Amino acid sequence: MADLTCKIGGVTSPNPFWLASAPPTDKEYNVVRAFQAGWGGVVWKTLGEEGPPVVNVSSRYGAMHYNGTKIAGLNNIELITDRPLDVNLKEIERVKKAWPDRALIVSLMVPCEENAWSKILKRVETTGCDGVELNFGCPHGMSERGMGSAVGQVPEYIKDVTTWCKKHTKMPVFVKLTPNITNILYPARAAVEGGADAVSLINTINSITGVDLDLMSPEPVVNGVGAHGGYCGPAVKPIALCMVGEIARDPACKQIPISGIGGVSTWRDAAEFIALGAGSVQVCTAAMHYGFKIVEDMIEGLSNWMDDKGYKNLDAFRGRAVKNYKNWQDLDMNYEIKAKIHEDKCIQCGLCHIACEDTSHQAIRAEKKDGKRIYTVVNDECVGCNLCLHVSPVDGCITMERVENGKPYMTWLQDPRNPANMKKKTG
Amino acid sequence: MSSKVAELAAQAAEVDIAFGRLTAEEYVENFSDIHPPLDRNKAIIEANRCVFCHDAPCIEACPTGIQIPIFIKKISTDNVKGAAKTILEANIMGGSCARVCPTEELCEEACVRNTQSDQPIKIGQLQRYAVDNLMMRPDRQLFRRKPATGKRIAVVGAGPAGLSCAHRLSREGHDVIIFEAKEKAGGLNEYGIAAYKVPNDFAQSEVSYILSLGGIEIKYGQALGKQISLVQLRKDYDAVFLGMGMTGVNALGIAEEEMEGIENAVDYIEDLRKSKDLSKLPVGRRVVVIGGGNTAIDIAIQIKRLGAEYVTLLYRRGPEHMTATEWEQEFAQTNGVMIKHWAMPKKLIGRHGHVAGIECEYTQLDDNGKLMGTGDTFTIDADQVFKAIGQTFVPSPCQDNGKDLLQLSKKGRIAVNDEGLTSLPGVYAGGDCTEGQDLTVAAVEGGKVAAEAIDRYLKTKR
Ligand SMILES: Cc1cc2nc3c(=O)[nH]c(=O)nc-3n(C[C@H](O)[C@H](O)[C@H](O)COP(=O)(O)OP(=O)(O)OC[C@H]3O[C@@H](n4cnc5c(N)ncnc54)[C@H](O)[C@@H]3O)c2cc1C
Ligand SMILES: Cc1cc2nc3c(=O)[nH]c(=O)nc-3n(C[C@H](O)[C@H](O)[C@H](O)COP(=O)(O)O)c2cc1C
Ligand code: SF4
Ligand code: SF4
Ligand code: SF4
Repeated sequence: MADLTCKIGGVTSPNPFWLASAPPTDKEYNVVRAFQAGWGGVVWKTLGEEGPPVVNVSSRYGAMHYNGTKIAGLNNIELITDRPLDVNLKEIERVKKAWPDRALIVSLMVPCEENAWSKILKRVETTGCDGVELNFGCPHGMSERGMGSAVGQVPEYIKDVTTWCKKHTKMPVFVKLTPNITNILYPARAAVEGGADAVSLINTINSITGVDLDLMSPEPVVNGVGAHGGYCGPAVKPIALCMVGEIARDPACKQIPISGIGGVSTWRDAAEFIALGAGSVQVCTAAMHYGFKIVEDMIEGLSNWMDDKGYKNLDAFRGRAVKNYKNWQDLDMNYEIKAKIHEDKCIQCGLCHIACEDTSHQAIRAEKKDGKRIYTVVNDECVGCNLCLHVSPVDGCITMERVENGKPYMTWLQDPRNPANMKKKTG
Repeated sequence: MSSKVAELAAQAAEVDIAFGRLTAEEYVENFSDIHPPLDRNKAIIEANRCVFCHDAPCIEACPTGIQIPIFIKKISTDNVKGAAKTILEANIMGGSCARVCPTEELCEEACVRNTQSDQPIKIGQLQRYAVDNLMMRPDRQLFRRKPATGKRIAVVGAGPAGLSCAHRLSREGHDVIIFEAKEKAGGLNEYGIAAYKVPNDFAQSEVSYILSLGGIEIKYGQALGKQISLVQLRKDYDAVFLGMGMTGVNALGIAEEEMEGIENAVDYIEDLRKSKDLSKLPVGRRVVVIGGGNTAIDIAIQIKRLGAEYVTLLYRRGPEHMTATEWEQEFAQTNGVMIKHWAMPKKLIGRHGHVAGIECEYTQLDDNGKLMGTGDTFTIDADQVFKAIGQTFVPSPCQDNGKDLLQLSKKGRIAVNDEGLTSLPGVYAGGDCTEGQDLTVAAVEGGKVAAEAIDRYLKTKR
């Protein structure tokens, strides 16, 4: 059995599966149920300062359903916790006492003033929680009050707030980043410079999930109108992975620990985040879709996979894919593959043919023999794009086969077809 | 000794034919829809299972060539009206075909989703979902007639072939007069198909949808060979389409004495379909059905559902030889019908002018593959015996003074070419009165193909 113990930014948990700061972690009742189900940690739903009330609207969620599959992506227009600070702090204290081995991080969002942060940090410290996470990500509602992503989009603010927090508490400080920015490295580096113990990413992405065509209103609809919300769920995983990878390989980020968030729904997603450098992963949409019990498969699946691969602990494969995350110009121009169709597995759907014929390189020939449809790859035309592989409904009906051309690894920078190299030659 | 016992037992067995064997609720239950319709949610989930094949095998397997992946995709996007249009464009009786087609040997058999121990897409059910939805819309009329051509075409028979032909001709701007021998249109959809496949008077609603296009007039009680003649129709109309189906039945091939309780399955089914009160139908306690096709299965199941206690279906060959599909055979069996293979009737046993049983002989194939009796016999008690060994085309209505006007095929049906043209110019035919699959969907296609040919013919004729 692989050891799933997770250590990140001074916080330890029995497994890397944490619930992200969101409705699943809004109160003692939910968090206790989550811990009973086996979650390694939680980031408590974001607390605000005492005083101005937080009031939510209904409805609060919009969703992207795709081809009959529910919630490919989820959008929300919820704010931070709408329960009194006192109540939350008391519950946090009780839960941490009852579950000492689990990670309990408290998410915070207060106005961009040193005093406000020092005040709340003092109160949170009394709960005995394992750390805090600064929510610089929420893209709606709070940002209009000068918090959340309004701060997260200005690297200087991130640096300032992080510095204040490190000054006013001994607790580990996680900085949660917003993806609603052109280059994730700027806020990430600011967090590093401010002394953050870890970064968490991504928060949700600005989105409108749909338009109600009867009401002519963006969704989710609140009394005939809608506001943009934050997008999350399986659809955002590729964006999150990319941002995690960017930070993991950036020298200026100095290998800051990363808590990976965004579309994690299975152990495999988690393994991918960890391979790209994440320390723990945080989950929200998958839990909101299926309930806390999904963690059982996450833990068991990850552990079984690690056993199969011979990884004794998470560090054994953490970040292993980072060195293989390259820029396009560093790819091998001489690497050649061609599609191969396996007739025995072909169910004659014709999808590979029409995809290549209409939108790629006319490299799959369609013929009919004795009423049977036969599809074959025209090797000379195939460019190895692998579109056919992706559209095929059958596992293994198409494989991409390496063409041994004997050519060496050659990047675009080395490629004689690169205009920069041509100039050198002529000039 | 033992024969004596048998004799005594046989005498003791009284003929048991009764009416109203079931309660009112049981009749309703037994003759309601066998496949409850899909709701929107189920339809969309099912539609999304379709991989949207290019050059899809299912289209090829549909006799009317419905663009199946296209209509399924439209269902998945909630463009249900568009889906219905795709269906009806190719098959104006898409609603009844969705209910009565043996999809397991047509589109669904060809579906690529059968592979990998998967289930085929429920194409029939999806088709029904789309068409049924259209029928409930106020804007359900999808078709418009082209400008009037002034041509008039006579169609004989208002079954699937005739109606399909008429609709297509009317769309092209021609006027159509249908001559129908019976009092209602729909052909076997109205009088032959098993009741639980087309409940709620579906056949008539479909007919009224077809007629709502305009340009089609049905003259009821007008039989070719009686009130009208082919010679006259050819004189009075620009073209003629024959879609009379099959009106005869095959004989058993054994001595058939006159006795009560022996009936043609199709006649009984017609009574059943016409009946407003199922408890008025005579139902035996022990019933034997002879035959191996659709009709045999349908009568066996329906008589069982009317309350018969023991229903035995006698078929002279094995299950793989039956023209009834595997699904239908299984459906009969789960309905409690006992299928006895490799046995043929030898002698009908009567008592006081009523059938009491049937003597059968086991069969086998000889070395040349020819069917023969084994000599081993047995007797089944029967209060009712249904003959379901096939319908035949009766050519007499197309004759003139006993002389065939039309060439017949080897099997004795009206001979036609690929376009449905008979041996007489301007006279076309389609559906069961010609050679083919003897299915509703094939009749619809036959009518459609002939209509297209007639349209071309009229355009060139001048
Ligand atoms: C019991 C039974 C069950 C069946 N079940 C199925 C099934 O589940 N699925 C399936 O696909 N197929 C089934 N079939 C077959 C299907 O019903 C036929 O293939 C289809 O109805 C043929 O259509 P048609 O228009 O050629 O003939 P028909 O439906 O027979 O219509 C012919 C019409 O012509 C009229 N007519 C006949 N003679 C004359 C005349 N001389 N003058 C004027 N009008 C005349 C008749 O009254 C009738 O209205 C079944 C058939 C039977 C008998
Ligand atoms: C293979 C591929 C190549 C693309 N190339 C371009 C491009 O050259 N120029 C461009 O403006 N967008 C390009 N796009 C982006 C598309 O135009 C489009 O903005 C994007 O795919 C989002 O639309 P979608 O969600 O419908 O795919 C490309 C997309 C794909 C999938
Ligand atoms: S996608 Fe696969 S299954 Fe479909 S035709 Fe191509 S090879 Fe066959
Ligand atoms: S890899 Fe691309 S080019 Fe080659 S056959 Fe497949 S789709 Fe066509
Ligand atoms: S064969 Fe099956 S999967 Fe393919 S288009 Fe037809 S219904 Fe869809």
